Amino acid sequence: MNILDFGNAFFSDSAHWHGYDGIPQRFWEHVQYSLLALAVAAAIGLPVGLLTGHTGRGGNALALIANAARALPSFGLLVLAVLSIGFGLLPVMIPLVVLAVPPILVTTYEAVRSVDPSPVDAARGMGMHESRILLQVELPVALPLILSGLRSAAIQIVSTATIAAYVSLGGLGRYIVDGLYQRDYEKVVGGATLVAVLALITLAVFWAAGRFAVSPGVRRR
Amino acid sequence: MIRIDSVTKRYPDGTVAVDRLSLEIPDRSITVLVGPSGCGKTTTLRMINRMVEPTEGTILLDGEDIQGQPVTTLRRSMGYVIQNAGLFQHRTIVDNIATVPRMLGWGKQRARERAAELMERVGLDTALAKRYPYQLSGGQQQRVGVARALAADPPVLLMDEPFSAVDPVVRKGLQDELLRLQDELGKTIVFVTHDIDEAIKLGTMVAVLREGGRLAQYAPPAELLSAPADGFVEDFLGADRGIRRLSFFASAELDLTTDAVVPADATAERIAAVKAPHLLVTDPDGRPLGWAERTGLTAGDIATDRLLPFGRPFVPGTDSLRVALDCAVLSPTGWAVAVDGGGRVTGVVSQQTIGEAIRAAHTESRADKAGAGVAE
Ligand SMILES: Nc1ncnc2c1ncn2[C@@H]1O[C@H](COP(=O)(O)OP(=O)(O)OP(=O)(O)O)[C@@H](O)[C@H]1O
Ligand SMILES: [Mg+2]
Repeated sequence: MNILDFGNAFFSDSAHWHGYDGIPQRFWEHVQYSLLALAVAAAIGLPVGLLTGHTGRGGNALALIANAARALPSFGLLVLAVLSIGFGLLPVMIPLVVLAVPPILVTTYEAVRSVDPSPVDAARGMGMHESRILLQVELPVALPLILSGLRSAAIQIVSTATIAAYVSLGGLGRYIVDGLYQRDYEKVVGGATLVAVLALITLAVFWAAGRFAVSPGVRRR
Repeated sequence: MIRIDSVTKRYPDGTVAVDRLSLEIPDRSITVLVGPSGCGKTTTLRMINRMVEPTEGTILLDGEDIQGQPVTTLRRSMGYVIQNAGLFQHRTIVDNIATVPRMLGWGKQRARERAAELMERVGLDTALAKRYPYQLSGGQQQRVGVARALAADPPVLLMDEPFSAVDPVVRKGLQDELLRLQDELGKTIVFVTHDIDEAIKLGTMVAVLREGGRLAQYAPPAELLSAPADGFVEDFLGADRGIRRLSFFASAELDLTTDAVVPADATAERIAAVKAPHLLVTDPDGRPLGWAERTGLTAGDIATDRLLPFGRPFVPGTDSLRVALDCAVLSPTGWAVAVDGGGRVTGVVSQQTIGEAIRAAHTESRADKAGAGVAE
């Protein structure tokens, strides 16, 4: 049997489509973990990235912290978190957020830094307040890059959220972990396929958000 | 009036960009700051709207220290135009122009109406209103920049090399437009450039700065050309300042002659009466056709297809002595053709007569100055 057959068998088995271990339920759980982790990471990364980008201060410290965070293995972090705070959602969120903050933070910082300084100068010269300059002059122009940072963070979260299954939570990782344990390769392939599908959906969502939120004047078409 | 009083700017790295500069910038006129690169023009301009804070000295606006009011209030009373326009790429043209009115709390509709009005003012087709900056040429973007600075009708306009990034033809158009606009609006404009020709063309007063941010001379352009304060200013003005100075002398009083102007169907007696070696032939409406040699002319039917070109005519009163001289120099006969606003010939004038007028004008302006000196 090849991988396609495994996948086919998994998805055509109607037993996999309902119940607490059914595809809709696991898919939804995975989406929830991912959204929560992304929201927390964005709540940290966006404001810090915007502010440091606007003032131009703290860029070096930022790069240092981001690189350090990137070097941390997610799985090791999960184990550590479980050992220190026990099972639950929180120990899963920690590695996911640590994974997602650096790309958001660094690209947001870079995005704001790379905004053409002359409109900013003009805005300041016409008496615009700094907060308005950041939100109404720099942010709209930096948005495509900021969205790309959020997008790569989201993709990484979606693929890494499978680790939730190791600490007996749900999500699509369940199929992979359980499938490996039970030597049920149909399940493993099915779970992996679903993760890939969710990643593609994430890409599509960010593409749509870009179309919707970025001004045609910045997109240049 | 803006009064810069013994202002010095020393940047944290020790660079002295402006050194004990004092200037009185008169209301409702264009004051130009000019000088070589790095002489502190931008720094001076930016101290007026407090984008840069002086190290020493004070700047007064209508008698009050500009430090006395909140910086945003000060800046909103001064339009600010920069080299590459600095438009907001994510906003349409009309919204770019409406920025300051919106900031001041105007309603969207009113701000947009005002923006549309300003587009016309600065010579922009209102069909461009819904475009984005990247869809405009450099010259159009610069006009938007000017319109945006004027939107809330500030009394002061600060302009930092606003026209230096466009080609010479567009630049000339923008300069003419600014002069026309200034005639209508009467703003207090401080204009920075490194181009001395631009300074002379636009300035009511011109401040020439030299390296190290020191003032070399502060004078009206005609005076700058006739009496540069020192070798630095003289060098900066360039070699042909004598010719350029003629721009400030009117051509209205040139002694024109109509003796050599004849219609194409002139009689033999009329042609015989011309003493000059060349005749200017006109059509029945009095518009110039070209020059003819007096010898070998057939009366009643001058062959208009064999005339010498008459070159460019000038309009006495509107054009300066410089233009009149230029026309005479370019003319194949050495005579310049004067026309009225409708293009009909009012007379011709020789290089020699123009030369006499130039000498007379120089004598007169020297006498004026001497007289003013006595009166003081
Ligand atoms: N922020 C700054 N920090 C340190 N030095 C500066 C700063 N800004 C300008 N300078 C220096 O001050 C001097 C005057 O600069 P300024 O920008 O006012 O010159 P400018 O006359 O406008 O020149 P240009 O025609 O090239 O625009 C220069 O020597 C410049 O290097
Ligand atoms: Mg400058």
